[in-house]
Amino acid sequence: MSDWSRAVSASAKESAPPGTTSATRKAPEATTSGHRGLVLEEELLFEQGSPDLSGVDLPPVEAFADRLGSLERKAPIGLPGLSEPQVVRHFTRLSQKNYAIDCGLYPLGSCTMKYNPRANERVARLDGFAEIHPLQPAATIKGALQVIEDLAHWLEVLTGMPAIALSPGAGAHGELCGMMTIKAALESRGEERRRVLVAASAHGTNPASAATCGYEIEAVPSNEKGRLDLEELERRLGADVAALMLTNPNTCGLFEDEICEIAEALHRAGAFFYCDGANFNALLGRVRPGDLGIDCMHLNLHKTFSTPHGGGGPGSGPVALSAALAPFAPLPWLVHGEKGLCLREGRSPPAAQSIGRIKGFHGQFGTFVRALAYLMSLGADGLKGAAEDAVLNANYLRTRLEGTLSLSFPGMSMHEVLFDDRFLEGTGVSTLAFAKAMIDEGFHPMTVYFPLVVKGAMLIEPTETESKASLDAFVASLEALAQKARAGEAAFFHEAPRLAPRRRFDEVAAARHPVLRWRPKAAAENGG
Amino acid sequence: MTQRRFSAEHEWVRRDGEIYVVGITDYAQAQLGDVVYVELPLKGRRVEKGKEAATVESVKAASEVYAPLSGEIIETNEALSADPAKVNADPEGEGWVFKLRPDDPQEFEALMDEAAYKRFIEEKP
Amino acid sequence: MRYAPLSESDRRLMLAAIGVPSIEALYAEVPQKARREGLLDLPLGLSEMEVERRLRALAAKNVSASSAPFFLGAGAYRHHLPAAVDSLIQRGEFLTSYTPYQPEIAQGTLQSLFEFQTFVALLTGMEVANASLYDGATACAEGVMMANRLTGRKKTILSGGLHPHYREVVETYGRFVGFAVEAKDPAPQKGEDLASLIDRDTASVVVQNPDFWGELSELSALARACRDKGALCLVVVNEILSLGLVRPPGEMGADIVAGEGQSLGNPLSFGGPHLGLFATRERFMRQMPGRLVGQSVDAEGRRGFVLTLSAREQHIRREKATSNICTNAGLCALAFTIHLALLGEKGLKALARLNHQKAVALSLRLSRLSGVRVLNRAFFNEFTLCLPAPAEGVVEALAQKGILGGVPASRLYPGRTELADLMIVAATETASEEDMRRLEEGLMEVLR
Repeated sequence: MSDWSRAVSASAKESAPPGTTSATRKAPEATTSGHRGLVLEEELLFEQGSPDLSGVDLPPVEAFADRLGSLERKAPIGLPGLSEPQVVRHFTRLSQKNYAIDCGLYPLGSCTMKYNPRANERVARLDGFAEIHPLQPAATIKGALQVIEDLAHWLEVLTGMPAIALSPGAGAHGELCGMMTIKAALESRGEERRRVLVAASAHGTNPASAATCGYEIEAVPSNEKGRLDLEELERRLGADVAALMLTNPNTCGLFEDEICEIAEALHRAGAFFYCDGANFNALLGRVRPGDLGIDCMHLNLHKTFSTPHGGGGPGSGPVALSAALAPFAPLPWLVHGEKGLCLREGRSPPAAQSIGRIKGFHGQFGTFVRALAYLMSLGADGLKGAAEDAVLNANYLRTRLEGTLSLSFPGMSMHEVLFDDRFLEGTGVSTLAFAKAMIDEGFHPMTVYFPLVVKGAMLIEPTETESKASLDAFVASLEALAQKARAGEAAFFHEAPRLAPRRRFDEVAAARHPVLRWRPKAAAENGG
Repeated sequence: MTQRRFSAEHEWVRRDGEIYVVGITDYAQAQLGDVVYVELPLKGRRVEKGKEAATVESVKAASEVYAPLSGEIIETNEALSADPAKVNADPEGEGWVFKLRPDDPQEFEALMDEAAYKRFIEEKP
Repeated sequence: MRYAPLSESDRRLMLAAIGVPSIEALYAEVPQKARREGLLDLPLGLSEMEVERRLRALAAKNVSASSAPFFLGAGAYRHHLPAAVDSLIQRGEFLTSYTPYQPEIAQGTLQSLFEFQTFVALLTGMEVANASLYDGATACAEGVMMANRLTGRKKTILSGGLHPHYREVVETYGRFVGFAVEAKDPAPQKGEDLASLIDRDTASVVVQNPDFWGELSELSALARACRDKGALCLVVVNEILSLGLVRPPGEMGADIVAGEGQSLGNPLSFGGPHLGLFATRERFMRQMPGRLVGQSVDAEGRRGFVLTLSAREQHIRREKATSNICTNAGLCALAFTIHLALLGEKGLKALARLNHQKAVALSLRLSRLSGVRVLNRAFFNEFTLCLPAPAEGVVEALAQKGILGGVPASRLYPGRTELADLMIVAATETASEEDMRRLEEGLMEVLR
């Protein structure tokens, strides 16, 4: 059995509260309807309505000779039928069971859950943006190309890098795109390097993206200061190392203070420097990756640039590229032609060395519009201010909480601060149970069990859009919970959350016998 | 008498005539938590000592089961597909993972015996 | 700055609590040479009104589908989106939540994704579906890689009817991930024999239905041939609405379906964000890429939903994950689910029939024009015209008349002279009688 799994195994054991499978717990306040005040139970769509209902009225279709060949769908599809008010009520009720940035502090570390401005949403919905087709003639999409050009310019200036590849669909896709450009650049030098070094504190997507790109992965440990260990890095560098993947600020919330030396060491060895830009929020307007020797960095428009996470997407992961990697950027390219801006969609000069296409059409245009609206709203001054407030908020939480939780690494934090669960030692309360208790207090838990470089990690990122009052309330709740844990009230934590729309789930049973879709009763009873 | 040996990656091996049965140790299953799925190797596959042969998954972790000996997989424990919990309930019995025919039975002798493995896990931090 | 809730006095109090004199001191661990002083050479912040004014001006430089007779398709389709869809997805609880890692406070996202997975499985006729991927093209590449894992083989055969962007994405992945791609030439005027190309190295055969040219095909024989030779049949559907009227890939024996779900719930938005759909057979479930939502019960025995089978994923397995994907297209999936819930069985079938009827009517009108020929035998809401002149010039001339008439094949196949006269035309429910008349007349004038 391999060792790498054990870092996270503690969370597995905690996921199902003791006794869930044998005996279920009693609801504290049972109601006749099953509803609890504003928390309204809601059946699946498939369990509601009637097949002859529809929430859309369509004009009748006169009889005509179809052109389907013999491929008409004959059997019923199995969809439900609901009127518009039923559908609106269904999704409204569902929405009320979700925590969101709009409800309160969402301190997930390395996720940058900042406020998502509504102005962004409005402009993205303008007909001239939402209702244009990606293959319209060039003369009819001049404004859209200008949006892409403007966004790329903002990002180039912010990163200090000469080219931006805008097509990746999310951060991990940006990582894959970046690793592909690195591989292509090496191939063009006639080199086949097989290994990619990944910082031990990296997001799981980093090794997964590099491995997808065919690389062997080797982890580089952190030093006692929570930074990448430069000596350990140099020991691993050699003629077969293609790149290092490092997050800066890293997932311990710390600036990699030897980053220039790291870049030099990599370049001396002929390797590229990939930076995960998930945490770029701390650096806006203050530090430019291009000045640090970074060759490639993806940005998350849905983190740093305020486009909504939407319950898990859509994201957008533009990649900033150094001059060495720019020729390999994916298609399409936006170039200045005789008739102004135009899309270069094939491998012709200047895009002759492009890695090719990595996504349909031209990237996540709707998120580009939102991100551009955000950049224009904040401007050079507001962006720098946002980074400063994000860093101020994180350091404030560090100061207020370091006597309560266990600070993993001393020193100034950047946009997030890493604690761990040493303060829970001997209390019988796990990190997960502590996090679940925060739910009852009205807060979304921080990121737990990540990064893997400390045991029982608790990574807190407040972002700049939290007020001091909101941070103070958060601190007060954490202090009260920590005191409760120390007072021996472990059972309270094992029970948590008690006040959320749902209690803890039996995740073991869900994974042992996965039910990934609804089925009609008869089919379900026949073992379906 | 049945003989059992252990690897540093927490697999046990039991000699059963010419055939060797492999599973994960009680210590390993306790570390992993509730097993939800076991990915078994294909019958007939050749495995190399120290290389991946199967995967054991819990809700939030996945662990490779390394082949403690080089050889050919001749049988896998299909019962684990329906009931992966056997790995937790009886890791060193009904929760066995695969059987193999080793290339070199001497490799078996080189593994830890029960006493050595016990010392090994006690010394772990 | 209107998004900043800290007042100056808050900042002073907080700096004092931290014990530093200034913000500058918080950056003490950033080496001096890495820092930049002053402001970057970018504009200063603007009011909401001013941002809106400037972006409206840019939007006005585009010709939107709502302002012209509009007939473009080729992988992105304009449909009428009910007002309730957009209203509901803008609820902050959906819009501003993260990936549902804490199921106790994310049942809204989780239940709607479970409904989404069910919808995708029902539409495609497959057993299971995931919680979405970036878009159809990347879903296709993920499907090819999944087939490689399942078969232990490393080659895929792509039909010439596959959307060229999908082909190009698979080729890019193939080059860098390390698998072989055998892409057939586009042959819109004749059939293709893919079954005979399947050999012992073939992991998958990828075929699109309706294909890039709008043509519908029966795929059962191909799926059978795949099964006989140990390969997997991957069917791409990029007009998902077609499945309201056309036999689904699952009924034809598909092993994997990779689709584009934009048509339901999501605007064209210049090509993104769109919605990758992914469905397969139950026995391949654990090799699926992306997030999966499963049903469970909570500690009080109440039904609920959780992310499940996470041990496949990058945050657990890191370099051994089935895919590197983390973020998917959550909100687009929600929009899809709401739109399909509104339509229901009856509405979806009626909408699909209306699309087909419009397309049939338009094809009859346009095929009456001198020198114009419809290539398709069977189609859904899109067909290919063979024109008596290069299509690119025709499309541009139509645009000058204020008509967005179709997609010239040369846009996606530049330099292929044999395809230069082909134009792909889609007619959805949004095409009015008047729009169709204007296209017919416009085309007649341009070709004269």
